[in-house]
Amino acid sequence: MKPILSARRLEKRFGAVVAADALSIDIAAGQKVSLIGANGAGKTTFVNMVTGYLKPDSGSIALDGMNIGRRSPRHVAELGISRSFQIPQLFIDLTAAENLAVAVSGTHPRALSFHSPAEAHGRRDKALELLERFGLADLADRPISELAGGVRKLVDIAMALVRRPRLLLLDEPTSGVSAEEKFATMDRVIHAVAPDAATIVFVEHDMEIVSRYADRVVAFYQGRILADGDPRDVLNDPEVRRYVTGGAQ
Amino acid sequence: MKHGRLHPLVMIALVVAATLFGRILPTWTLSLATVAASNALIALGIVILARTGNVSFGQGLFFAAGGYGVALIANAWGVTDAVAQMVIGAVCGGLLGLVIGPLIARYSGIFFGMLTLALSMVLYGALVKSSALGGSDGFNVGRPSLFGMVFVDPREADFMLYAVSVVTTGLAGIAATILFRSELGLASLAVRENNLRIEYLGISANRVITINFIIAAVFAGASGAFALMAQRHIDPQFAYWTTSGEFVFVAVLAGYQSVAAVFVASLALELVRSFSNLYLPNTWQLVLGVFLLGVILFLPRGIGSLWIREKRKRSKPAAATPAAVRKGVAL
Repeated sequence: MKPILSARRLEKRFGAVVAADALSIDIAAGQKVSLIGANGAGKTTFVNMVTGYLKPDSGSIALDGMNIGRRSPRHVAELGISRSFQIPQLFIDLTAAENLAVAVSGTHPRALSFHSPAEAHGRRDKALELLERFGLADLADRPISELAGGVRKLVDIAMALVRRPRLLLLDEPTSGVSAEEKFATMDRVIHAVAPDAATIVFVEHDMEIVSRYADRVVAFYQGRILADGDPRDVLNDPEVRRYVTGGAQ
Repeated sequence: MKHGRLHPLVMIALVVAATLFGRILPTWTLSLATVAASNALIALGIVILARTGNVSFGQGLFFAAGGYGVALIANAWGVTDAVAQMVIGAVCGGLLGLVIGPLIARYSGIFFGMLTLALSMVLYGALVKSSALGGSDGFNVGRPSLFGMVFVDPREADFMLYAVSVVTTGLAGIAATILFRSELGLASLAVRENNLRIEYLGISANRVITINFIIAAVFAGASGAFALMAQRHIDPQFAYWTTSGEFVFVAVLAGYQSVAAVFVASLALELVRSFSNLYLPNTWQLVLGVFLLGVILFLPRGIGSLWIREKRKRSKPAAATPAAVRKGVAL
């Protein structure tokens, strides 16, 4: 199958730290790929390079065959790649619905209107529809500053979904969520993303989440790929157990 | 009306009422109100820009561009009509903003503020050295007219200028209110809070800042035209940093949440200045400073937060249990 995303020999260094070392990876459409690895292994750097926040020192990144390695985050978003963040990046003083309305405004190729109300022309309806998918409709008019961390995480992911992305990158979607609630949160994310049938790449430290939701796991170690394949095989790989999971499954 | 918001027609009625109110105002307050309206116009531009998280410390640049542009055209071609002069001032300010805006939008925070200040001081330096423009003494212009009518009676002339400035500033206020509620207005607040995330959403933060910058420049140019009409004299002081500082003063007093607050702040500042100048002529700056400190201390988000905060409290729903809690999602 032709990959939707193809990275070839990506190199990225921060001084003496090697964040990407000849990294090559193909991601096929429809996959749910989990990126695992210890802190500093290069997972978030990879996400940042794919979404245009960081430029690779060398190598190429192609989306459906188009090189996107030098594009800005805005252009990458326009091409169909969206992301959420480990620490939710929201507009704190705005309400949840207003955050989503800004995201909806960003989907139009035309210039932003200086007279059309921000939540008119279906923008509020679209915002509410997305919040509803995450079970957050009754928090629509609450400022983000009044919402708890778990809810902010879901709003952050909802904003990434507004563009109906072809590739969705989620950076630690369950970090900061309690052990009892992580599956409920992840179920909600997967359920909410399903209608848009996006290819999902998620960075995750929790191996229970990885084994339950991923259909492919890529283990990172010091900017390189240590193992790549079926979750059971990767999580049982001796090197992955030694350097990444520390024996956890 | 939604959440206490005024319909534009109600706002137009308020502008008409404020204009007619000038008929019963004492003569000395007419010029004070004209200056307050003119300052409110430029401060409104600063507030519009501040909603993107950037404060211009050099709006004197566009204020002077508007003033000098009008003065030169008035003297060269005899354009004395107040409305035409206001439009010329706005166009001069806007054109300069169109040139500078895209270049300066790449900077943010203190760099943005200092660059605007530096540019205004470059213009100040050039004007002081320009003998063709009167150097540091500047030059005079004639009395403004309105639609062919020349006002010989000083009271009528003051009222005419008051009316034109109040109507212009009022209409600018209505436009700003519509802008604040618009797509661009919401995106401006988003840029202020997180200009990286807005890029990830496909919106150019630079473009949003540039548009707001140009709007602020247009308002500053029109304000410069009013200042010129009121004084019938222009000099490089229009571009000096203390002039710009005064407009920032009004914007800080007002905060960035309410258009009405800009008018209240501008009027309050003029009243405090006039009365402190009258009763404490040697220490009026001290009174102004204490006044600003008081507002910053008790209303850190400006005078507008007095009623915006109340509005938020009123519109907040009663303790509802979110669906996410009921369904077991972490909050």
